[in-house]
Amino acid sequence: MPQMTMVKAIHDALALALEDDERVLVFGEDVGKNGGVFRVTEGLQERFGKERVFDTPLAESAIGGLALGLAYTGFRPVAEIQFFGFIFEMFDELANQIARTHYRYRARYGAPIVIRSPFGGGVKAPELHADSFEGLLAQTPGLFVAIPSNPYDAKGLLLSAIDNDNPVVFLEHMKLYRSVKQEVPEGRYEVPLGEAKVVREGEDVTIITYGAMVKLALKAAEEAAEKLDRSVEVIDLRTIVPLDMERISRSVKKTGRAIVLQEAPRQAGIAAEVMARLMEEAIYELESPVLRVAPPHTPYAFNMIEDDWLPSKEQVIKAIEEVWV
Amino acid sequence: MDHRKASLRDEEVIQIYRTMYLARKLDERQWMLNRTGKIPFVISCQGHEAAQVGAAWALQAGSDAVLPYYRDLGVVLTLGVSPRDIMLAAFAKAEDPSSGGRQMPNHFSDPTLNIFTQSSPTGSQIPHAVGFAWAFKVRGEQKVAFVSFGDGTSNQGDFHEGLNFAGVHRLPVLAFVENNTYAISVPYHKQVASKTIAERAQSYGMEGVLVDGSDPFLVYEAVKNARERALEGLGGTLIEARVSRLVPHSSDDDDRTYRDQKELEEEKARDALGKMRTYILDKSLIDDAALEQLEKDVMDIVNDATAYAERAPYADPSTVKRYVYAEAE
Repeated sequence: MPQMTMVKAIHDALALALEDDERVLVFGEDVGKNGGVFRVTEGLQERFGKERVFDTPLAESAIGGLALGLAYTGFRPVAEIQFFGFIFEMFDELANQIARTHYRYRARYGAPIVIRSPFGGGVKAPELHADSFEGLLAQTPGLFVAIPSNPYDAKGLLLSAIDNDNPVVFLEHMKLYRSVKQEVPEGRYEVPLGEAKVVREGEDVTIITYGAMVKLALKAAEEAAEKLDRSVEVIDLRTIVPLDMERISRSVKKTGRAIVLQEAPRQAGIAAEVMARLMEEAIYELESPVLRVAPPHTPYAFNMIEDDWLPSKEQVIKAIEEVWV
Repeated sequence: MDHRKASLRDEEVIQIYRTMYLARKLDERQWMLNRTGKIPFVISCQGHEAAQVGAAWALQAGSDAVLPYYRDLGVVLTLGVSPRDIMLAAFAKAEDPSSGGRQMPNHFSDPTLNIFTQSSPTGSQIPHAVGFAWAFKVRGEQKVAFVSFGDGTSNQGDFHEGLNFAGVHRLPVLAFVENNTYAISVPYHKQVASKTIAERAQSYGMEGVLVDGSDPFLVYEAVKNARERALEGLGGTLIEARVSRLVPHSSDDDDRTYRDQKELEEEKARDALGKMRTYILDKSLIDDAALEQLEKDVMDIVNDATAYAERAPYADPSTVKRYVYAEAE
């Protein structure tokens, strides 16, 4: 089985989808000849032609609107927003139009659209290139949101997203693009939307996280086992919508303690949602309050101090200690 | 303009008048229902009917993609949306084919007629039309995407983003702007810097056409020509029809604070609907008795639509969670 980076795994998924289904189109800013600013779509235009893989003008709202118009006619568009911070230029088309299409037409039309976008910090990118705005999307009825933490999941989740009849925002963490290689099957396989994965089994406390924070959680879990003699279970959400509460609750019922770890600012995000749901669904299983590790409620930190702003292994270890207090 | 110059048959002219009259009467009925507390909201076509019916007359119903805006009652009636359907949406009843009462009335859609919805932040439908046009072009289909909106919307980002995209790829988009010179209360000269909206077409590499929207034949001809050009692969057209808004922006608006009432009275006196009525009588396309019968028949239809929609049930509240996501088969 070949070793792939996340860039390669996502490229692979796009190529397979384009090959298998002529309704699939790939477009966005610089995705054609240039192959995308991160080279995810490199060579796709050459292989599949300018009518299926094409550059758009620099106009994010039009990209979203175009996607919906094309979806009405039976295409399955996979559009790219060059950096997730530019999603606001598209937000009306995404949240007010695409996300509500199925509802407005009472299922006579849907919007089987995937919006891919690089995001996330830790690579010295400036603000609005590095922010984590997924909480905004999670509060938008009608959207699914997938955030893979590794190449294998990235390919399988993207293929599922393209096959899904709902609009899916697919967020690609920039720090993970080329930093990890992993065995990834060459052909088609799917990772279902809405299934979290236990990436480390443990008995004492559950860390619930996603995206680039999965790796951090695993490192902290390892250290906690060695130094604190705590057995930590780590859950990778993989999709934040749908949120696999069943899996989360099952784990927390076993461990009795939970920490939610996110890269997005602290207030009103996915961590807050998971904490609230645990209160509603698992409070009698909890032996201590659920804790949250997240950056402060500020814009993304300017790049030369971002490592102090982003959650650290030390903060996670501290939370593991505190969850027993 | 004489209708024969636009190659319209006499019977078609009668149908154009009838559709304009039907639009006006359905609209007036909605105001009455709103003022008596029976429907929540009205947003009007009054003063735009000639432009709307003339434009839609040039389209291929059920084939061309049509993305109208909230004033386009005349457009959708011409294409075949029924008066009952209009009233079902006005009453927000479950049977409303647009959205089952989920959307604002006048966010028209009808899958059988290829009519697709806009939504309240105006102009969102313009890039959708570009998506249709792209699909028509790459599939080699002989169809156009017709998208309409008001003068205020020509200032939106989606207007620029959409039309620029259409221009770059010479896509078959007919952008139809009904310029009534008011964006709710803000007059044209406070919102558009150029003398006309049509001249903005130049920067999109499109044809720009200015037309008198009180004459349905001129509008018909302009849209028909634009459609032919688009089908020949010559790209889209931005058509500006000058119209009058004869009533406030919506049933929640009071235009007395910002509109010169004398000017408004003059516009009402020049009402395109009255002008059209005079035209068909003057040209002897119909006699007085037949015209009265036609108008009486229209009122019967309006009454039937009102009664039908009023009796129809509201959506079952237990369905509120349906359709948010695609449902399992």
